[in-house]
Amino acid sequence: MQQSNTYIIVFSAVLTIVLGLLLSGTSQVLGPMQQEAIALDKKKQILGAVVSAEEIDAMSPAQINEFYAKRISSTVVDINGNEISSVEAEKVEIAKDYKKPADKRQYPVFMFHAEGQPDAVESYIFPLYGAGLWDAIWGYLALETDMNTIAGITLAHAGETPGLGARITEGGVQERYIGKKIFDESGELVAVQMQKGEGKDYSGEEHKVDGMSGATITGTGVNNMLKAYLGHYETYIKSKSSSQAVAGL
Amino acid sequence: MSTETAKAIEKKPAEALFSKRRKKLVTDPLVDDNPITIQVLGICSALAVTTQMKPTLVMAISVIFVIAMSNFVISVMRNTIPGRVRIIVQLAVVATLVTLVSEVLKAFAYDMYKELSVFIGLIITNCIVMGRLEAFALGNKPYDSVLDGLGSAMGYSWIILTVAFFRELWGSGSVFGIPVFETISGWIGPDFKLATNGLMVSPVGAFIILGLIVWVQRTKTGYVEH
Repeated sequence: MQQSNTYIIVFSAVLTIVLGLLLSGTSQVLGPMQQEAIALDKKKQILGAVVSAEEIDAMSPAQINEFYAKRISSTVVDINGNEISSVEAEKVEIAKDYKKPADKRQYPVFMFHAEGQPDAVESYIFPLYGAGLWDAIWGYLALETDMNTIAGITLAHAGETPGLGARITEGGVQERYIGKKIFDESGELVAVQMQKGEGKDYSGEEHKVDGMSGATITGTGVNNMLKAYLGHYETYIKSKSSSQAVAGL
Repeated sequence: MSTETAKAIEKKPAEALFSKRRKKLVTDPLVDDNPITIQVLGICSALAVTTQMKPTLVMAISVIFVIAMSNFVISVMRNTIPGRVRIIVQLAVVATLVTLVSEVLKAFAYDMYKELSVFIGLIITNCIVMGRLEAFALGNKPYDSVLDGLGSAMGYSWIILTVAFFRELWGSGSVFGIPVFETISGWIGPDFKLATNGLMVSPVGAFIILGLIVWVQRTKTGYVEH
């Protein structure tokens, strides 16, 4: 049947309003829960740099929040390593900040404390953000208190190829970084480079890890991201390592 | 027989809730008129989400919800929808439902939401959804349309779940995240190792499994492309 133009316009308008109300209503109702889910996910990623994935999976959301509150403290620094006290580290959105020039960004640092020792820091966790082959990649890198040895890393991605680049999320790939060093003997920042090809043994080399077969570009993305972000944090990292060296004396 | 028919006309009883015709609406798309293997629709998501069982199951449930609900809504409105803008109306309804699914997942199953991400949104473009709206819901009553939607969606679901089962088993050596290969290796001995196949993790693996399913099915049903 052929309807008049008026009917079509009115029908479309009513439909749009009804569907629009439905969607905005849902978004209003679910909004707080979604925010909570996102915050929890972020905590899981941060903890992932220092706690094994199995342990995190075994914890309930409430337990994760409690564990995080007990063991993690945080601060925000600028590119010169000066603390910005007005900002909460958990609120800094790395992805949004990434679009600003490096010296304008805010750099959160998360401190992981030993069990029952809220004053002693066990490792420092730094967020990372960069570009993979198809889309963004990000992660968290944990450094031991010597500010040189990698204690652990979590990596995540938005759209790397499943089975190839997407393997950066696998524990097996991330474990390769543990124990590697980011500074060379002369104190120069060299970070850690993932190599091309897979299956070689790099256990004797401090700045190299085995690559992912078929995912060289993603690997290069991870390398660039590590180098760039460790560079942004370099002043802070060096200030911490020298202060600890003094404390050690 | 004749008296029975006469009686039926006299009383005009409502069609049974699960009459033969209605059962056919649900069962036909499962095998004989399967949206994936016979109509070859919805292939894109069948390849993309089937590396593991868990996301596949979530995807299947989402698709079942979207198809059944959109069929219902469109069927209820079918006499008021202006013919000239019907495709846009269908899209608006489907897009709304898909957004609802995505919002709910984001709130209650954030890990799944992250994993499926773009593919939930892409249910909007799943040919099965629009296909059923155009071919069925626009011309049939709501209840029948829901049944038709359920049938098509379940036809889609069992195929992607089957594909996911083999892909996860051969590709990752597990089912629903439970390690199977490791367990079997554990039974037989430390020297015995079942190797996983990397091909199964990539979309190529889905093509191969899907091809095999189509082959087996068509051998059994004798279906031939015309």
